[in-house]
Amino acid sequence: MKITRRDFIKTNAIAATAAAAGVTLPGVKQALAKSGDMKIRWDKAPCRFCGTGCSVLVGTKDGRVVATQGDPDAPVNRGLNCIKGYFLSKIMYGKDRLTKPLLRMKNGKYDKNGDFTPISWDKAFDIMAEKWKETLKKKGPTAVGMFGSGQWTVWEGYAASKLMKAGFRSNNIDPNARHCMASAVGAFMRGFGSDEPMGCYDDLEHADVFVLWGSNMAEMHPILWSRLSDTRLTKEGCEVHVLSTYKHRCFDLADNGMVFVPQTDLAILNFIANYIIQNKAYDKAFIDKHVNFTKTPTDIGYGLRPDHPLEKKKTGKGGKLSKISFDEYAKSVSKYTLEYASELSGVPQEQLLRLAKVYADPKKKVASYWTMGFNQHTRGVWVNGLLYNVHLLMGKISEPGNSPFSLTGQPSACGTAREVGTFAHRLPADLVVKKKAHRDFAEKIWKLPEGLIPAKPGYHAVLQNRMLKDGKLNAYWVMCNNNMQAAANMNEETYPGYRNPENFIVVSDPYPTVTAQAADLILPTAMWTEKEGAYGNAERRTQFWRQQVKAPGEAKSDLWQLMEFSKRFKAEEVWPAELLAKKPEYRGKTLYAILFENGQVNKYPKQQVTDGAGNVYDNDEMEHFGFYVQKGLFEEYRLFGTQGPKKGHDLGEFDAYHKARGMRWPVVNGKETLWRYREGYDPFVKKGEGVKFYGKKDGRANIIFAPYEPPAESPDNEYDLWLSTGRVLEHWHSGSMTRRVPELYRAFPDAVVFMHPNDAKKRGLRRGMVAKLISRRGEITLRVETRGRNRPPEGLVFVPWFDAGRLVNKVTLDATDPLSKETDYKKCAVKVIKA
Amino acid sequence: MISMQHKQGVNRRRFLADSTRLASGMLLFALGLGLYARKVESLPAIALRPPGAGGEKDFLGACIRCGLCVRDCPYDTLKLATPEEDVASGTPWFEARKIPCEMCEDIPCVKACPTGALDKTLLDIDEARMGLAVLMDQETCLNYLGLRCDVCYRVCPLIGKAITLEPQHNPRSGKHALFIPVVHSEACTGCGKCEHACVLDEAAIKVLPERLAKGVLGRHYRLGWEEKEKAGHSLVAPDTEHRFNLPGQMKYDYEGEGLMRKQPADSPFSDNPLDTLNQRAGGGS
Repeated sequence: MKITRRDFIKTNAIAATAAAAGVTLPGVKQALAKSGDMKIRWDKAPCRFCGTGCSVLVGTKDGRVVATQGDPDAPVNRGLNCIKGYFLSKIMYGKDRLTKPLLRMKNGKYDKNGDFTPISWDKAFDIMAEKWKETLKKKGPTAVGMFGSGQWTVWEGYAASKLMKAGFRSNNIDPNARHCMASAVGAFMRGFGSDEPMGCYDDLEHADVFVLWGSNMAEMHPILWSRLSDTRLTKEGCEVHVLSTYKHRCFDLADNGMVFVPQTDLAILNFIANYIIQNKAYDKAFIDKHVNFTKTPTDIGYGLRPDHPLEKKKTGKGGKLSKISFDEYAKSVSKYTLEYASELSGVPQEQLLRLAKVYADPKKKVASYWTMGFNQHTRGVWVNGLLYNVHLLMGKISEPGNSPFSLTGQPSACGTAREVGTFAHRLPADLVVKKKAHRDFAEKIWKLPEGLIPAKPGYHAVLQNRMLKDGKLNAYWVMCNNNMQAAANMNEETYPGYRNPENFIVVSDPYPTVTAQAADLILPTAMWTEKEGAYGNAERRTQFWRQQVKAPGEAKSDLWQLMEFSKRFKAEEVWPAELLAKKPEYRGKTLYAILFENGQVNKYPKQQVTDGAGNVYDNDEMEHFGFYVQKGLFEEYRLFGTQGPKKGHDLGEFDAYHKARGMRWPVVNGKETLWRYREGYDPFVKKGEGVKFYGKKDGRANIIFAPYEPPAESPDNEYDLWLSTGRVLEHWHSGSMTRRVPELYRAFPDAVVFMHPNDAKKRGLRRGMVAKLISRRGEITLRVETRGRNRPPEGLVFVPWFDAGRLVNKVTLDATDPLSKETDYKKCAVKVIKA
Repeated sequence: MISMQHKQGVNRRRFLADSTRLASGMLLFALGLGLYARKVESLPAIALRPPGAGGEKDFLGACIRCGLCVRDCPYDTLKLATPEEDVASGTPWFEARKIPCEMCEDIPCVKACPTGALDKTLLDIDEARMGLAVLMDQETCLNYLGLRCDVCYRVCPLIGKAITLEPQHNPRSGKHALFIPVVHSEACTGCGKCEHACVLDEAAIKVLPERLAKGVLGRHYRLGWEEKEKAGHSLVAPDTEHRFNLPGQMKYDYEGEGLMRKQPADSPFSDNPLDTLNQRAGGGS
């Protein structure tokens, strides 16, 4: 586009003047036409990548996405994008898109050790259904499973959850959000009885002080970092505190940057609580009215296999809270003095003190942000909770600028994985399978016989891999993620399960990922704007988009795949006779008929999808199934929020989202909620209540004491370095999309091991040399980087996980938080030697 | 003898003629060489020399075109110029957009140089000056537009020194800071990683030879704040104390914030009601 800035300003200025004067200038149109943009159809869509939820305008011409632009009217990003967002239009056009189902075959037949051979969709579903039926017959519903995604659209997650839990009667469905947000969820539920943040992104402009706990926002939430930085620049007295186990780009702007010893965040947070109490800075009126004091069981292990020595050693179990008094709580944290916290964490006393003081100052509004540093933690639920403790002690919560805010990693970790509840233990709108009342409600909405949904939570992400390896999970469908690359301890736990001869593994993906390579059947998948979709970002904002283009070849959306597969099963084949007897009208019907032709999902007939300007859009699923599938699924799903037993989960009507640039739930009478639990802001808090944490029966939030406990694996004489893994700005997750964009690939081609120059020197290594990174579980070979964006302290190395050629999860440990079942990707012991 | 003489004569004549021809040929060749040499002294802007190469003229004088530096470059960054290129044939060079210098700690190219054309006293690669990165196009640089690219910054081996990001308020969006990449010549080695990684179709940041990249401040001028910092004190005796005519409740910070309202310790009001009244009347509040 050859328009200079001056031309642009000129054209805009003329247009603005003309608009103000109420006239149309033909010249303006001509100027725009000259750029060739007149023939492009523009429509809105959220970005495909992180949880920030930037909005873009997608430019389509001749059935192809040819351009994107940041949406200038989107409140999240106001026309801006990060460098991944800049290349959005290229992710769909990698040269190696999968366009046909591929089955491992030998001599014309399926063979686990055969070569991938193109087959028809019909044949693909034949073999899949055969394997599913065989497994269900032999071992029952616990032997089938699905691994889903926080990148599924809302209705894809909903359809998957319904198919698994109601159709196959299996709770073995979990999303990759388990690796990412489960600890945050655990803490929300324990603390407040309702998932997701109380605040929103407007806190970025309202806070006086920002504290980052294990969040490299500068790279992982680049647009939010711009907003935080703008406030830091323009607001008098604004300060930024950054805590991490290594120096990253957020330290550039930090007024107080702290590098702490891994796992000691637990101690630092308890010190801050102790400081607040010692100095009597706490908000007594707030805690008297709105808070309960509790403690959690300790020494609960590390979520490893039960025969692991660490698991045999543990003395405690689970997370059942017991009430304590304020004095007991004060006594529990009193051990965490400034001296102790400083000694344990390695952070100088004056820096810890400066941090504690901003939390303790009633005049300062503090927003705390965290991501994987907190969540991927063997005490992730604890550490999330310890931060809430600090905010609750001060009453610094649920109001503009005072905001403990859990940032999500994925574009719809909130909207799909959490709100729809595609976890092994959840149902939509914060309901759980364990509670009979919740199951009853879901069965009522879904028009199912009572008792159909199993009460026992299914296998979570890490357990799924273990069960695949152990041969207890045999028919397995991986959708919209790359778990072979993403899950920890690949050599010992992931790969063996996929290649276990007893198992049949199906992978749906647009590209030949590492996971697809290990599959038995690969299903080619439509992505992003090749289908109509909805995502929910970290600030509870639900955003819709229309289908812009057709998927290449025979690629189909996850939604199409799920619904089409459900046609292969009759109720008799999957449900026991006594359940079917309760709904005899379902006899002989397919799961498709029961789940999707139930009068609700198929309620909205086929229609033309248009926008305000009259442009017409495809909807391939509507075309295929004969009704407005997305609308039907969403409207049924919405009933969980508007009528369900957990209040405060209301979503707006389907059509409203296609018009708005996202809405933040709860949406009541068309109005969004910015801050939850506070009168005036939240429609569920009655007049005179002030603050009410209505997710809990007594309306009180929990302050939960939890101590410092050591990590599962620490460096020793042989494996003498900490390993932390993570992302880089240029690449999204496992790189299956961004590494196919040549410019992004060139910007960060291969993973490197970031290490301190002294650590390199000690090992006879120099920058750029090839080294081996070895743990007790595996090794990889990669180049040494002693300069650059990340500066680890001596004793710690950092490796990004985006690189399919250097799979760092061969090295990592599958220790998890026993409460959230989320893996700790930030701490294990490794050694680095010359290759 | 005659024949000899004749022969000699012929030979002499021939010799003379040949000599003249040769000489003029030589002259022409020399002339051409001179022109050629002058041309290659002004190396094309995209052509960068290996670390330690120094001035182009000196480098060309010392480089014997042996190719050892090229042989020892582990990243295939360096190449030998071929006759059709606008770089003196047989001399080592690289193009940042194609393969940048990886800044090897042990600088193998300099070690390999047998003549000192590449300066042997260059022991720290951070001291190399192969060129200077220049953010040439502020109209297309994504960071200038407010996007979060900063790829050039993050690939910089001297991140935070050779390239920094200077955050500025973004008046257009009102709430998303701009992160303006700024190159610092005191640290930039001209390795070209930034130009190589720039995600634009045509790089907005490019490495140029220093003579093209750098402005020169007039010799007659000094930067006052730098001189003061260097000296550690004012170059001229400190200023005298200034006093001002001011209404009550106001103070004036001469070298700092300027006109300010005094913050009384206990009460926002002056003991004298007239102070408050007059101040409001003046539109102060």
